[in-house]
Amino acid sequence: MAKPIKTLVNGLYNLRDWVDSRFPLMKIWNEHLAQYYCPKNFNFWYFFGSLALLVLVIQILTGIWLTMNYKPSAEEAFASVEYIMRDVNWGWLIRYMHSTGASAFFIVIYLHMFRALLYGSYKKPRELLWLSGMAIYLLLMGEAFFGYLLPWGQMSYWGAQVIISLFGALPIIGDDLSLWIRGDFVVSDVTLNRFFSLHVIAFPLLILGLVGFHILALHEVGSNNPDGVEIKQNKNAEGIPLDGIPFHPYYTVKDIVGAIVFLIFFFAVVFFIPEMKVPGTQGLFLESANFIQANSLQTPEHIAPVWYFTPFYAILRAVPSQLGGVIAMGLSVNLFLLLPWLDRSAVKSIRYRGRNYRIALSLFVISFLFLGWLGLQVVTPFYTWMARFFSVIYFSFFFLMPFYTASDKDKTVPDRVTT
Amino acid sequence: MENKNIDQGRRRFLTTAATVVGGVGAVAAAVPFVSNMNPSAKTKAIGAPVEVDISKLEPGDRMIEKWQGKPVWILRRTGEMLKDISSLNDKVSDPASDDSAQPDYAKNEFRAREDEFLVVIGICTHLGCSPNFVMKEEGDSIAADWKGGFFCPCHGSRFDLAGRVFKGVPAPRNLVIPPYKFISPTRLLIGDDSEAV
Repeated sequence: MAKPIKTLVNGLYNLRDWVDSRFPLMKIWNEHLAQYYCPKNFNFWYFFGSLALLVLVIQILTGIWLTMNYKPSAEEAFASVEYIMRDVNWGWLIRYMHSTGASAFFIVIYLHMFRALLYGSYKKPRELLWLSGMAIYLLLMGEAFFGYLLPWGQMSYWGAQVIISLFGALPIIGDDLSLWIRGDFVVSDVTLNRFFSLHVIAFPLLILGLVGFHILALHEVGSNNPDGVEIKQNKNAEGIPLDGIPFHPYYTVKDIVGAIVFLIFFFAVVFFIPEMKVPGTQGLFLESANFIQANSLQTPEHIAPVWYFTPFYAILRAVPSQLGGVIAMGLSVNLFLLLPWLDRSAVKSIRYRGRNYRIALSLFVISFLFLGWLGLQVVTPFYTWMARFFSVIYFSFFFLMPFYTASDKDKTVPDRVTT
Repeated sequence: MENKNIDQGRRRFLTTAATVVGGVGAVAAAVPFVSNMNPSAKTKAIGAPVEVDISKLEPGDRMIEKWQGKPVWILRRTGEMLKDISSLNDKVSDPASDDSAQPDYAKNEFRAREDEFLVVIGICTHLGCSPNFVMKEEGDSIAADWKGGFFCPCHGSRFDLAGRVFKGVPAPRNLVIPPYKFISPTRLLIGDDSEAV
């Protein structure tokens, strides 16, 4: 090595040691990366955790830049978004990255949650990991809801009106609660201003904190894997799991490949189809009605939430009673929290589960997708009956779980992970 | 450290006292933050009554006004419309408006001070969308034997021309009637029904 380079490298090592004697730099690096041992058999489904982090970074970065030009007032909001799209340098790119990022976040999170259902990652000892993940998901729904009001389009306005009215349907406290959320008798400038505050400060802080909690909880119990085998039960003389490999460099390199493939799809959407206006829809990521400024006197002809809320929205519409619908909708989102205790099977991974769980999970996924589709459609009596049918299947997955998992004919789980 | 000489009772008392006082303080500190989000004095002040000229409203037509940020519909009903309303008493869920919100002078068959004019807040009692006015002739897709009324595009609730909700739809109550009065035969004041002039 040439002498100047050698001097520079030595200098950097000295700097690291200087920091390390004042801050646990190498300890953190080792605990969470270089000596965090992951099962060696991660497959495709294990990309989505790190991808969720990547999308979070994209959202925070683009969000900060959008805030530089956006005006959170009913008078100016709609025009300021158009200003960002037309006049601000690269404003269209930053905004489309942010709007596409919102949908991408939910795609990644839903796949991440499906992975947990496939391999039983919510089961003991990972209950807190699952609960913290669910808390992030619920906060993310709030974050997306607040963000959707900000462009102050027709769909922003009436979507917020409907969702806030959901709280108004609760007995006794309902009216006061919805008034408190709005800060006004209708959705107005006051509501927009506070949603801006919640969207850019309160919820991002909470989400970041919980993501930290989620990762710490994961690194405490260790990652599950497609076989559902606890790798910590087979360690070598140094206490390193026999089926474990360090996260860095093995999975950092693998995740970079995943990130690149993800970004190819992500930017294909950003550049070519940012509204995701596929046939039969009003735009899945950005709805047509939202290109018209909010009008408190006129609801758009066809109103539907953004795609990631539609399964729950279809359940709301399926129940022919106001309070009943709101309760069913709330349950449909929150029942996931109970999974660690509803599941009575001793086996984690679907690879070694019996027929019952395989059938139940397949039916659940089908009903979730159908409900999502139904939530985008205009109400007709036939669709309402379909939504009722799939709602029953959806809830059965949870409520019957203690029975069909307990009586399932599970297979023998191997001691070590397979390849 | 020697623990022998520590007065455990005193320590427990101090810990409990600090927790209780601190807890009360935390609750008290939450009051301004929670209250801050309720409507401000300025927000409450906006919402003054609105005066409306109805001289140009033709029989069978509807106009939309804004009061307290909400749409208020004024529908001038024809004799045929009123007859249709009377014929629907067994199809609506609250025909006499017993469980619905309206001033006393509008708690009657046509839910109005004067039968001809319906004044109603155009916000669905289900989840707050604003229903569409659908005439008798246009209603084939909404319901068989549609006599004209209001249809909510969000969740499919239906109301008749007196704002009464039909049975079997998600909206729980009839549309709300705001306080209003006629200041002259062609001028309406929405948001104020006090008798003193």
